[in-house]
Amino acid sequence: MASNPSLANNPALDDWLAIGPGGTVVVRSGKVDIGQRISTAVAMLVADELDVDPGRVETVRTETGLSPDEGITSGSYSMTQTGEAVRRAAATARRHLLDRAARALDVDPATLEVDDGTVQSRATNRQTDYWELAEGKPFGIDVDPEAPLKPRAALRHVGTAAAARGMEDIVRGRPWFLQDMTRPGMLHARVVRPPHYHARIASVGEAVLDRLASEGVHAVRDGSFLAVAHDDEYRAARAAERLAAAVVWDNGDGLPSGDIYDSLRANDRVSLPVIDGAPVEAPVPPPGEPPDGATATLEARYERPYQMHASLGPSAAMAEFAEGRLTIVSHSQGIYFLRAAIAETFDMAPDDIRIVHAPGAGCYGHNGADDAALDAAIVARALPGRPVLLKWTREEEHAWEPYGTCMSMDLRASLDANGAIAAWSHESFGDTFMMRPRSGPDRIGPARLLSTRFLADPLAPPVMGPAMGPHVGIHRNLDPLYDLPDKRLVKHLVRGMPLRVSALRSLGAYANVFAIESFMDELAEAAGVDPAEFRLKHLSDPRGRAVIEAAAERLHPAGADCPEGRGRGIAFSRYKNIAAYAAVVMEVSVTDAAEIRLERCAVAADAGEIVDRAGLAAQLEGGVVQAASWTLHEAVAFDGGGITSRDWETYPILGFDNVPEFETILVDPGREPFLGAGEATSGPTAAAIANAVYAATGLRLRRIPFTPDAVRAAALA
Amino acid sequence: MGRFAVTVNGAVREVEADPDTPLIYVLRNRLGLMGAKLGCGLEQCGACAVIADGEKVLSCVRAVSEFEGSEIVTVEGLAGGGELNPVQRAFLDENAAQCGYCTSGLIVALTGYLETTPRPDRQGAIAALDGHLCRCGAHPDVLRAIDRLLAERADGV
Repeated sequence: MASNPSLANNPALDDWLAIGPGGTVVVRSGKVDIGQRISTAVAMLVADELDVDPGRVETVRTETGLSPDEGITSGSYSMTQTGEAVRRAAATARRHLLDRAARALDVDPATLEVDDGTVQSRATNRQTDYWELAEGKPFGIDVDPEAPLKPRAALRHVGTAAAARGMEDIVRGRPWFLQDMTRPGMLHARVVRPPHYHARIASVGEAVLDRLASEGVHAVRDGSFLAVAHDDEYRAARAAERLAAAVVWDNGDGLPSGDIYDSLRANDRVSLPVIDGAPVEAPVPPPGEPPDGATATLEARYERPYQMHASLGPSAAMAEFAEGRLTIVSHSQGIYFLRAAIAETFDMAPDDIRIVHAPGAGCYGHNGADDAALDAAIVARALPGRPVLLKWTREEEHAWEPYGTCMSMDLRASLDANGAIAAWSHESFGDTFMMRPRSGPDRIGPARLLSTRFLADPLAPPVMGPAMGPHVGIHRNLDPLYDLPDKRLVKHLVRGMPLRVSALRSLGAYANVFAIESFMDELAEAAGVDPAEFRLKHLSDPRGRAVIEAAAERLHPAGADCPEGRGRGIAFSRYKNIAAYAAVVMEVSVTDAAEIRLERCAVAADAGEIVDRAGLAAQLEGGVVQAASWTLHEAVAFDGGGITSRDWETYPILGFDNVPEFETILVDPGREPFLGAGEATSGPTAAAIANAVYAATGLRLRRIPFTPDAVRAAALA
Repeated sequence: MGRFAVTVNGAVREVEADPDTPLIYVLRNRLGLMGAKLGCGLEQCGACAVIADGEKVLSCVRAVSEFEGSEIVTVEGLAGGGELNPVQRAFLDENAAQCGYCTSGLIVALTGYLETTPRPDRQGAIAALDGHLCRCGAHPDVLRAIDRLLAERADGV
């Protein structure tokens, strides 16, 4: 197995695990819990390896300087990296503690048994426990990445469905989120945003500023960054509205308002061939002629618009600046990277900045969290000694977060006389997904934080080079897992696109898998083969085959048993070709009002060794629901005056009235590496819906979202 | 600033606030009840739901002054005596949340529905969540919590 960067970068056992006071085991993780339940899984893994009750395992919030630096919580790596690291840490700790126990009890270590942290030898009646053995001291040793794990048969918690950590606090409505925090002397802050990215302050009404000041409102201005703070939250919110009405903006040229799909084709771009999942610095091969013996050649273009994270709670951050040190509480998914970017923004030493993670509303990607942290820090530095809780508004979150880029995919394939794919070409066009703040040359970290564009000494948004790793950005899942003889894969990183973008759950995989798996159905039909059979015919990977077969067994996509008026579609991918395998079969109907109704859904997935069955199912099903929302409803709208998707009416998402009945099959491969499941179903869901709509209506939808207008337009075309 | 007397979770509370202050700011910042969440401030997402005089209402727009004399129950007030109410219990048992930001609004809405509906059913419960949004995709587990609740009622649990 490849080495785990989390352990390689944080080898010390004490970074991960401590035998804590009061009979606890304290576990630190650099991946944050964003509702994917990593803390629940971590507690299960540690409880089993150490033989302690999960209730003893304290999973503490991630904090710079104390928690291991595991980069960003992204890429479905929480289990693969953190899960694996804490499991080996616990196994190392157990072995170390049992060696000590053997010496203390003067027995053979092989005779020792552990029950909830109490260590006893079968050879004597004497016993000790972890807390006595640890004496409150650090281990002082490294994690052994090969530390033997307990046999599966001896596991009590791993492989069961666990109660999610924190759930009782949540159902009781106890303070849980960053937005719920309060501090003595705290100020509430709001930002006054321009109409759009390119607007700058021409003038601010001085009379309003004076009036606000007389009411105890602090106004903080740096260039075109403008914020207000007050000890009463509602007064701060009202002050921001009043001030916004008193600002005259220089709107510049406004937003470019051309058609995004035209821009994807017409703008300058960097084009690279993709081989074995990764781009290479080489000329793009021209499209070839169909191979000899080709019986059919199909071409199709698929498109997805800009889409947003649209967190239910607007982003927020707490910041306090005192004695030259900055403390920030943030729901960022990468607090060490954020610390580096903020340190570079203010020319501060990273050690003078402490960032503590606290939960925000679900996001699955890079939303406004990091930007809000900088905003709060700017206000806090202007008002030293006062804790500042800065919250974005709904409108701000919708209009200013970095979106998932629009993409366009051209597919072309030929079939041979046996109905097999003889040639395959796939070109993907899009902007970058790689805009998370991080350290880098030329102030690239600060430049990725929104408000640095508006400071008196502004930074221009960076122009990113193409991401070159395997399955990153636009080319994530561009290379299909199928056995294809002649693949031509191309990534086009398009410049000069109009909207701010960064990482959104599954990056390019959502669009690429939508395209590939829609096209597989189009090819299957041309070949006259059942869609599931057609996929199996091109897939030798046994674990991939198993999930396709498992999903198709529950809801056969060809639909012999499909109720009248409904259609079923199947789609499959292995996320990044290295993470979880997932197959989705969706059964839909289409109403007279051209609305797509999601009736039933079968999901089958193999995510490696199963830890928390409930958490795994929630990730898979939640991924389906979120991707269904993207696919049916979501497209960021804008015009020259700015983003026009500014609330839930102008950017609607899926409601509780269109949720399919799920049958979710967790394929258990035994003791296999954790594969990470958080993004496994996003791509397959879009294609499964498109294929199901085709089966139900004969309409092939190739541009997301599949709104009633889109369905009607397809019917009339 | 005005003074307002509101009854929240069974106790009369005197608060000082600007008269147009939406109820949620008073609940959260004056009374320390953080269960209702500010999600939009536009009555579009349901995260701020509370019960007023037995009916679910949204607290993010309507002013505190409108609620003088009303009996308000927030999610914190549902677990009288510490026992979770049946909706909270069903959400806990089904792990019916991911991030949890929408959860208290959903629990309040379903509690309001069950308390005002003699013969609740699945369709009615889903309709009671009209206007409530969840971004993580916890919907399938929320629907399982609803099924569990309805089954418990049918069994007289």
